[in-house]
Amino acid sequence: MGEFGSPEIVEEEVDILIIGGGMACCGAAFEISRWVEKAREEGTDLKVKLVDKAAISRSGAVAQGLSAINTYMGENDPSDYVRYVRGDLMGIVREDLVYDVGRHVDDSVYNFEKWGLPIWKQRGDEGKSLVDGGKPVRTGRWQIMINGESYKWIVAEAAKKALGTENIEEHVFIVRLITDKNDPNRVAGAAGFSVRDNRLVVYRFKCCLLACGGAVNVFRPRSVGEGTGRAWYPVWNAGSTYSIAAECGAELTMMENRFVPARFKDGYGPVGAWFLLFKAKSMNALGENYQAKNVEDLKTYGYDAYAKGPKIGTCLRNHMMMKELKEGRGPIFIDTPSAMAQLAANMTPEEIKHLEAEAWEDFLDMTIAQCGVWAGENIEPDKEMSEIMPTEPYLLGSHAGCAGIWVSGPEDIPGTPDHYHWGYNRMTTVAGLFTAGDGVGASGHKFSSGSHSEGRIAAKAMVQYVLDHPDLKPELGRPVEDIVEELYRPVRNFLEHKDYTTAIDVNPNYITPKMFQFRLQKIMDEYVAGVSTLYQTNKMMLELAEKKLEMLREDSLKMRAKDLHELLRAWENYHRLIAAFAHMKHIQFREETRYPGYYYRADHMDIDDENWKCFVNSKFDRHTGEWSLRKVPYVQLIKVSEDEPAGMSRPGSDC
Amino acid sequence: MPTFVRTDKCDGCQSQEKPACMYICPHDLMYLDKNGSKTGHAMKAYNQEPEQCWECYACVKICPQQAIECRHYADVVPLGASVQPLRGTDSILWTIKFRNGTTKRFKFPVRTTPEGSADPYGGENEAVISEGKDHSTLFTKRTHSCDMSQFVTS
Repeated sequence: MGEFGSPEIVEEEVDILIIGGGMACCGAAFEISRWVEKAREEGTDLKVKLVDKAAISRSGAVAQGLSAINTYMGENDPSDYVRYVRGDLMGIVREDLVYDVGRHVDDSVYNFEKWGLPIWKQRGDEGKSLVDGGKPVRTGRWQIMINGESYKWIVAEAAKKALGTENIEEHVFIVRLITDKNDPNRVAGAAGFSVRDNRLVVYRFKCCLLACGGAVNVFRPRSVGEGTGRAWYPVWNAGSTYSIAAECGAELTMMENRFVPARFKDGYGPVGAWFLLFKAKSMNALGENYQAKNVEDLKTYGYDAYAKGPKIGTCLRNHMMMKELKEGRGPIFIDTPSAMAQLAANMTPEEIKHLEAEAWEDFLDMTIAQCGVWAGENIEPDKEMSEIMPTEPYLLGSHAGCAGIWVSGPEDIPGTPDHYHWGYNRMTTVAGLFTAGDGVGASGHKFSSGSHSEGRIAAKAMVQYVLDHPDLKPELGRPVEDIVEELYRPVRNFLEHKDYTTAIDVNPNYITPKMFQFRLQKIMDEYVAGVSTLYQTNKMMLELAEKKLEMLREDSLKMRAKDLHELLRAWENYHRLIAAFAHMKHIQFREETRYPGYYYRADHMDIDDENWKCFVNSKFDRHTGEWSLRKVPYVQLIKVSEDEPAGMSRPGSDC
Repeated sequence: MPTFVRTDKCDGCQSQEKPACMYICPHDLMYLDKNGSKTGHAMKAYNQEPEQCWECYACVKICPQQAIECRHYADVVPLGASVQPLRGTDSILWTIKFRNGTTKRFKFPVRTTPEGSADPYGGENEAVISEGKDHSTLFTKRTHSCDMSQFVTS
């Protein structure tokens, strides 16, 4: 066993490495083992391993649990799911990828129910499973209610059994991919370290699935003391997926996209069930329905092209809320007492009690902190209204955002252009590097179930990739000593300089990971459309941001780690920096305001479909630090229906 | 509300292979202070970075001694309230105490099958290697029906 500063080096070769342990990777574990089993019967032995920086029973975005599954087709056709997703994401999505999730997602949900996840059923269908035609309780066209406290626990249980615990390594954090010695555009390995003992691991493989979540705490959060941890998305999502892929040479897409959820203030509890199931209304400080009031205002910058009747994208609803906040008519309230009173009007006392339990369960299943805020402030939602508030920005590709990596799609979707499909399903532009969930860009609204399905889709393609390349011998393009040197640099910085000063955290030779994160958050908040500028930025602010981020990137070489926990934080925060850099570069490149309510290019306030109805892709050269960006054509695959807004019928812009 | 560990209840999981909270925390926050050098309480766990706590309650729910509770984020929430679960194999019982003394209790199911019984492949189809390139199906062969007339090219 190694010592702090001189770790034991463990090298291992597998066929396929799964990096991450959330919903996508659990889906991959479930799908892949069935194919591996069959390949073995037919004479090919494949070794698969899964590595997670935490414990998979409670890792990833679903660790705490969920109160709903947001993607379940049921009676709907996958084409309508595509229309819903492109509507919410302002017209620019990879419809092939979205459709692919749509046609496969229900099977994941059937399996969750079979494994033990309780799914709410309509009266009369209690006890009848979804696969047998049981009708779920819908909160919206795509959402169903669950008792989801143990959602991740159950899904991980099936994944562990499928893959075998001997093939799962927990508490190992992968920080870098290594390209192949003979082909710089092929991935051949990954390196990371144990957060439990002084062990550095280097894997060699034919292909890997990189799916370790979105990016949280990139921007300065609204709460900056103990409440820093109360992020809406899980605080352990450190942008590793985007950073590790970008540094390996993979092309990113739509990294300008972000999600700014409007949530119960401070606790960040979900509003979906309140709005959709309990029919609660929101209002400004004057008691006005600001949404109805501000519909006309959408015309000012052409935002109305993406709104039609009740079909208004989430960002545009945010935009209408922000107008109220900017003009001094905040706070925004959600009228929970009226909603509850209306529902209770025709209920028995027993039913009212049940309704109250349902309302609390919505939070206890997935955002316990919200109950803490209510209990601390003596707020009972059936008696008192709560404030709702737009949060700090988040980068993600599986929830209501579409930041991520550019991947090849399925080849059987009619009308798929060549630039959507160049190889294996969910493979990035780097050979052998696959992704899913938050990793796949330009296709949001997968949520938990869709991420699981996408992991399955990628897993099946990875097996095919390995079977198609029997002679592939991965060779690392860098010597292992060089990788060790790089990964343990923060430890060396600490050991070398710690005795120079009397105060361990104040030392001119290094920066703590915590201060590094504060510096990143300050830059992003103040220059890249964070909370403090009410989500506004412009060309000059972005130029200043770039200069400051570049200096922060230089200083990343001086991060220190006084123990393994800090080494974890050092690399997480480096990943946050690269994800943030990509976000900034994309916002700089896209000279329009595509997502009003999420961010504003104050110098280009219009939605400009003529020039910008297209994807923005980027590549990062980690040796030179240069980013190159380009426009990529959007191609519509699903017909426009009559109830879609006008913007959907506009052609993609020339690229 | 970052989690905290009660000195009168935590036994450092000495009868187990590893401390449960340290194992389960998704963010590497819980730490067993073996010699007491960090906290003054040897062989007890503590939350080493409370301002990074998501309040996911993974440690609270798994602690075999019920030694872990939450004190709501001090920079946000008034003192005096608590939200405490007791998670069993099929249900979870919540006790919510408000600052003003109001108490609410709720019980919700967590799963319909016995712990550890999830069977990934029971009754499922086998994979068919020759279908590896067919994107329209996964091994379970339960692809949703698809209305092909909805495509622009159809």
